[in-house]
Amino acid sequence: MRVLEGEKVTKYFGGLAAVSNVDFHVDKGEIFGLIGPNGAGKTTLFNLISAALPLKSGVIKFRGERISGLKPHQICRLGVARTFQAVKIFPNMPVIQNVLLGSMFGTPTAMSSADATRQATELVEFVGLSAVSATSVKDLTLLNQKRVEVARALATKPELLLLDELMAGLNPTEVAQSMELVTTIQGRGITIFMIEHVMKAIMNVCGRIMVLHHGEKIADGTPQEIATSKKVIEVYLGE
Amino acid sequence: MNIASVISKKPFLLGLVGLILLLLATLPFYATGYTPILMTTILMYIIMTVSWVIFSGPTGYISLASAAFFGVGIYTMAILGKALPLPVVIAIAGAASFLVALLVGALTLRLKGIYFAIFTFGLVVLIKEVLLYWEINITGTRGRFVVLESNETVYYVMLILFVLTMLVAYFIQHSKLGLALRSIGENEEAAAHTGVNVTMVKVITYAISAIFVGASGAIMATRWTYIDPYVAFNPILSFMPVLMAIFGGVGTLYGPVIGASMLAYLQEVLTTRFPYYYMLIFGAVLIAVILYLPNGLVGLVQRGWKRVSGGQIAST
Repeated sequence: MRVLEGEKVTKYFGGLAAVSNVDFHVDKGEIFGLIGPNGAGKTTLFNLISAALPLKSGVIKFRGERISGLKPHQICRLGVARTFQAVKIFPNMPVIQNVLLGSMFGTPTAMSSADATRQATELVEFVGLSAVSATSVKDLTLLNQKRVEVARALATKPELLLLDELMAGLNPTEVAQSMELVTTIQGRGITIFMIEHVMKAIMNVCGRIMVLHHGEKIADGTPQEIATSKKVIEVYLGE
Repeated sequence: MNIASVISKKPFLLGLVGLILLLLATLPFYATGYTPILMTTILMYIIMTVSWVIFSGPTGYISLASAAFFGVGIYTMAILGKALPLPVVIAIAGAASFLVALLVGALTLRLKGIYFAIFTFGLVVLIKEVLLYWEINITGTRGRFVVLESNETVYYVMLILFVLTMLVAYFIQHSKLGLALRSIGENEEAAAHTGVNVTMVKVITYAISAIFVGASGAIMATRWTYIDPYVAFNPILSFMPVLMAIFGGVGTLYGPVIGASMLAYLQEVLTTRFPYYYMLIFGAVLIAVILYLPNGLVGLVQRGWKRVSGGQIAST
């Protein structure tokens, strides 16, 4: 079953086509990767899905229904949660409150505050931050701030999780831990759509990968197909 | 903060609040003449400042529309004061300010930072000019007379409004809405993508915060007896709440109360004792506070407390 589908998704910034006629779909339960050089339009595509940017041309469907035109908070409550390339956290709020906000406002059906607190506590533990639960998020390392973002996104009980460069700026050990986290999240029945530059990570965890270049889709397929695609190699390494 | 200190602190605080309320409620019995009048002014500034802090404190959106909501209240009283009983007029004034703020919020809360501040201030000037045009050209007058109420009545109404403002501010701060407002101030985009209906939260809170400003304007009008658009929409009243909140410290509820009380008292003393140098001295005090007490008086108190209690007490 297709959780997310895009047809001819297009976004112009002035005269520049940031995303141009991109067709894609994400199947239920898979980890779908999105790669491409800087400026390829990857984050723009995420912004269109999550309604951070308005979609003017093309269609995006979630569980078969059009979601273009909805507001970000509505998309979140439908079951599409996201993280950000440059972490967007609530810096002066403690970890637990960052996560609690997701449980209290982002879930498809409202939760009692006791349930919301219980769920937030459980998720803080899930991402391994119980020890710093009461610490302001601004005092955490980048890795832990990213984990807060993931926990906050999970707190909204998503069906689909959009991860925008979860591993950027992390050292190899941290990348390995993050890869494990991603597969554990998948194990919870959540579909994942992730942008990543760390090739090792994306080749290992993704079932399928799509490649964008100058806003256009140039390839999609299994990691093996992508790794051997002539077009992709040209784009990444030059001729 | 450990549990023992919370348990011993709570009854103490409640007792303190109760004592202050008791003293305020019985004020006209032991202090006559000028004191209730002065206290009315101070309470008015507290109401305006706390109302401002309800919205602008957590979100960081600097609203300069306080004078507009206050003026709406004043004109409500001027127009309806003779026709309807006092409590009804005050309620209508609150409702009118709520509606004006709802409209303004819906139009302007998409603006950020300085643009929002400028637009809200423009609103004060706009309403004043339109009203002036209307009064002179349509109704054929410039000012209006307002029904007179006794000083005690004005004082007690203001006291009730003060208590209501504090209760509303407290409950918003400790509610789900308060958490949403803080998240907007911290990172609005992240809040939206975490399921917070940011527009709704901002507009509703902004409108609620205008209610008591309008209501206090209505009761203040009865003390002034004659009002015109210049008096009712005095731009100074847009800046005072901001200054008083910064003076006291924005993070807590008692900060703005202390800031408003002290500055309002200072203003009153300076205008009566040094009418010519009042603005000069007032300005110097403000500059000193902003330069040396960036967290307001509350910041000073908290730093002093840390020193007294021997260093680290867990914050938050």
